Amino acid sequence: MAAPLTLLLIVAVTIRAALYRSSLADLISERVEVVSPLTAWKRVVEGLALLDLGVSPYSGDVFHETPLIIYFFHFLVDYAEITFMLADVITAVALYMTVKDYNKQVFRKQKYALEADRYPLDCLELIRSPKEMYYIPLKVAMFYLLNPFTILSCVAKSTCGLNNAVIALFILSTIKGNVLLSAVFLSLATYQSIYPLTLCAAALLYLMQRQYIPVNYRRASFWWFIAQYAFMYLGSLFVIVCLSFFLLGSWDYLPSVYGFILSVPDLTPNIGLFWYFFAEMFEHFRLFFLCVFQINVFFYTIPLSIKLKEHPVFLIFMQLAVISIFKSYPTVGDIALYLAFLPVWSHLHRFLRNIFLVSCVLLACSALFPVLWHLWIYAGSANSNFYYAITLLFNVAQILLVSDYFYAFLRREHHLTYGLYLKRKDGSEATLVLK
Amino acid sequence: MKVHISATGIHMEADTSTPETAVPSSVPQPKDDFQEELVIRPLHSGDIYASFQFRTLWETDFMRGNKVSHYRLFPKSLGQVISKFSVRELHISFTQGYWRTMQWGQPFLPSPPGAELWVWFQDSVTDVDGTWKELTNVLSGIFCASLNFIDSTNTVQPSASFKPLGIGNVTDHSFLRYATLPREIVCTENLTPWKKLLPCGSKAGLAVLLKSEKLFHSSFHSQAVHIRPVCQDWQCKTTSWELRQTLNVVFDLHTPGQGKREWSLFKMFSRTLTEACPLASSSKIYIDITDNPQGEQFEVSPATPLLSQAMVLGDRRTFSVYDLTQQITFGTVRSLNLLIRWKSRDMLRPLLHGERYVAGYGLQTGEIHTLMYNNHPYRSFPVLLLDSVPWYLRLYIHTLTVASKGKDNKPSYIHYQPSKDRVRPHLLEMLVQLPPNSVTEVTVQFERALLKWTEYTPDPNHGFYVGSSVISSLVPSIVAMDTNSTREQPLFSSFFPCKEESSYFVRVYTEPLLVNLPTPDFSMPYNVICLTCTVVAVGYGSLYNLLTRSFQIDEPSPGLAKRIANIIRKMRGVPPL
Repeated sequence: MAAPLTLLLIVAVTIRAALYRSSLADLISERVEVVSPLTAWKRVVEGLALLDLGVSPYSGDVFHETPLIIYFFHFLVDYAEITFMLADVITAVALYMTVKDYNKQVFRKQKYALEADRYPLDCLELIRSPKEMYYIPLKVAMFYLLNPFTILSCVAKSTCGLNNAVIALFILSTIKGNVLLSAVFLSLATYQSIYPLTLCAAALLYLMQRQYIPVNYRRASFWWFIAQYAFMYLGSLFVIVCLSFFLLGSWDYLPSVYGFILSVPDLTPNIGLFWYFFAEMFEHFRLFFLCVFQINVFFYTIPLSIKLKEHPVFLIFMQLAVISIFKSYPTVGDIALYLAFLPVWSHLHRFLRNIFLVSCVLLACSALFPVLWHLWIYAGSANSNFYYAITLLFNVAQILLVSDYFYAFLRREHHLTYGLYLKRKDGSEATLVLK
Repeated sequence: MKVHISATGIHMEADTSTPETAVPSSVPQPKDDFQEELVIRPLHSGDIYASFQFRTLWETDFMRGNKVSHYRLFPKSLGQVISKFSVRELHISFTQGYWRTMQWGQPFLPSPPGAELWVWFQDSVTDVDGTWKELTNVLSGIFCASLNFIDSTNTVQPSASFKPLGIGNVTDHSFLRYATLPREIVCTENLTPWKKLLPCGSKAGLAVLLKSEKLFHSSFHSQAVHIRPVCQDWQCKTTSWELRQTLNVVFDLHTPGQGKREWSLFKMFSRTLTEACPLASSSKIYIDITDNPQGEQFEVSPATPLLSQAMVLGDRRTFSVYDLTQQITFGTVRSLNLLIRWKSRDMLRPLLHGERYVAGYGLQTGEIHTLMYNNHPYRSFPVLLLDSVPWYLRLYIHTLTVASKGKDNKPSYIHYQPSKDRVRPHLLEMLVQLPPNSVTEVTVQFERALLKWTEYTPDPNHGFYVGSSVISSLVPSIVAMDTNSTREQPLFSSFFPCKEESSYFVRVYTEPLLVNLPTPDFSMPYNVICLTCTVVAVGYGSLYNLLTRSFQIDEPSPGLAKRIANIIRKMRGVPPL
């Protein structure tokens, strides 16, 4: 499988290099759907220029990246394009190896379950075969590298690509069972933007299952493992935070980066729900709704992990989706990361209900975003409501997509336990509903 | 060239200055005559007054049942108006602006701002009010003006002020109607039909100068049409109809720019003259040189030997005359561009000067350009530029470029304090060395922020103001400055302290900028809150359903009777049906 992957990497790098050399690169790096005040490359360059002028980049309100990015790009600013292409390649390879490992485990678990005769007889068609699972890792890498969202994000040199790489490495180290690396990468991901903190629940569940620690809060080994993981996580976070302090000798970056993510002062339009909501918010309720919206991102962690405790990888997918939809400054690069996981659940296609509608809406909205932006900002014939409406529609489509996959996943699990062709009490064909 | 369709067929007539037609016809055509003239008078306030008059005299009689069918120089639309509505005299004027008598003197033909119409009807008219109403509607169509707003609410019958200007010894003022529309605006739409009434149109003669983009870019503009019967000779045996079309315009001194006091036909009208109207018997330009007898205030070129004197408005005035019917007036270049140049001393050219503007399009990004001019021929000097830009225009200092004469000019000192949202603005201070006789351009890019809806002014689409840049410098001086501050000095020279003799302190402020920001829809706060919360609730609802409910087989619910029976059985403790 190395050859097709290498070919895919070459194609992806060629596309990105071609776009870098064309005049589209400047156009794409200005687009608000692709870059946000947190991830824009223009702001990284501005921060480095401020540092050259002797002014702290955090004394103004233009630069909101972490000090590690300053460290990193202080030396690599001339090789920025190669850096971002490399980040994409690392993400794709990490996802490839992750999914390969995960498929092996899925198949092994399935084999044990079949031998233990745990599946009802009529659901054999739901059983997955190695043949069908063979090309999934390549498809995942392809879905990530050749996704137009990823390509746009890379050509715009949005630091979202770097964040995605860190999260992908975190997922890889978790799947491989390396507790220390998993904690380190998670702390790095959390340090970059706060929201990946919710992925720790999925990581803990997976690692505990891999090490055969029972997921039971009454057991001591459960808490001991959590303590170990928390120690490693907090330790690496502490080291990174101290390193950041020593860069500029001040704690200025904390309100500039984390205060900015949490309090959303910059209302630049993007594809998320926050900007127009807080542009039109009554002052009296601003803090209340800010808290509500931020809690909304973290809120689904516990219920989802309770429901999906046997399936931590699907939990990671759900969490990534929830973060990408409800975070304060989303971009298309965040969406590309969870869309890359869709081939892993391709066996659920028979239970998906809305996939045609969702894909049409997503395509239409992606096409309408630049049109309505142009009409509002340049032509002056539309106003902000048009762009806002497409934002709403785009987010509804994403929510439908995610909940559709969740529904299909749960339904397949139900069928694997109770059988595929269910009958009512009087023997006629049954329909399943959620009650 | 005029095309006539008459009883004997279609004839084309070449330009002729003799009014008699060359077309053989059964009825001798009445004589008609066309004259055009332009008077240019420099006013004392520095403005310039141009007055056009186009007069057509026609020895015909519209009255007494005479059906006039052959029109030549006289416009047919007006002829038909006169005969249909039995008009004796018609005076209509359209004016934009107000004539400032104390600054400009008396106009040749006065007119009130807006539209004014006064008409004397013939004695034969029985229903004057009805005819007046029809007449105003027809004139409204001819001149593309909203004269149809003239009705009984703004029409009067003056008893003494408006006596007939032509022949006529009428005393019954019930045949006079006078109305004004002060709100009427004059624009190109009114000028075009007015020009069409001229025999040569706007193609030849003085009417080629009537270009609307220059005429309406003036302090005062007035166009009028006057129709009246006049005597042909002093015995008044025969009468003819006179149509005068007049256009008065006053050009502002400052409008053409440059401030140098110089007027030319090209500068005023953006055209020069190449020929007289072929149908005109006389085509003249008069320039008022009464205030310039020896040529010491201004000079007129090309020079002309013709002079004429006239008594007008109680004053004897002398005019230089240019006769357009003579070929030598146009000279070898075949075009006449009259030039009036004032003789004055050049002002001392300021050595330091600044300009600023915003470049770019759209509401997302933009660029601020600051231009600094050093007009000293050989000395360069340093200037301090201070820019304070509000926080909602996010400056990107890495895009700052300073260029003089096309080459990069690195400032020797830069102090930059970035802005903090809603706390403080950007501060940029630079020390730039300006090379001699050059323009230095400082550009910096910015991004426009979207503000909270409460942070906009009540008129958000007017834009936001950015304060002026401040350019401070010690400019080299030609004369030695007085450094002794204790000596008795007038107040105007002792404000800025003077430390050295060879330079003086100068502070130049550039223009403020007006920048538009993208605006949210201000009518929508409640709607936005509801819609966004709905989307979040859709997410919450779907996930809640999937998390708290489980799959069950959908059993059809039993009928009402069975359900009641089941309830009773449950109460009895018996298993249900």
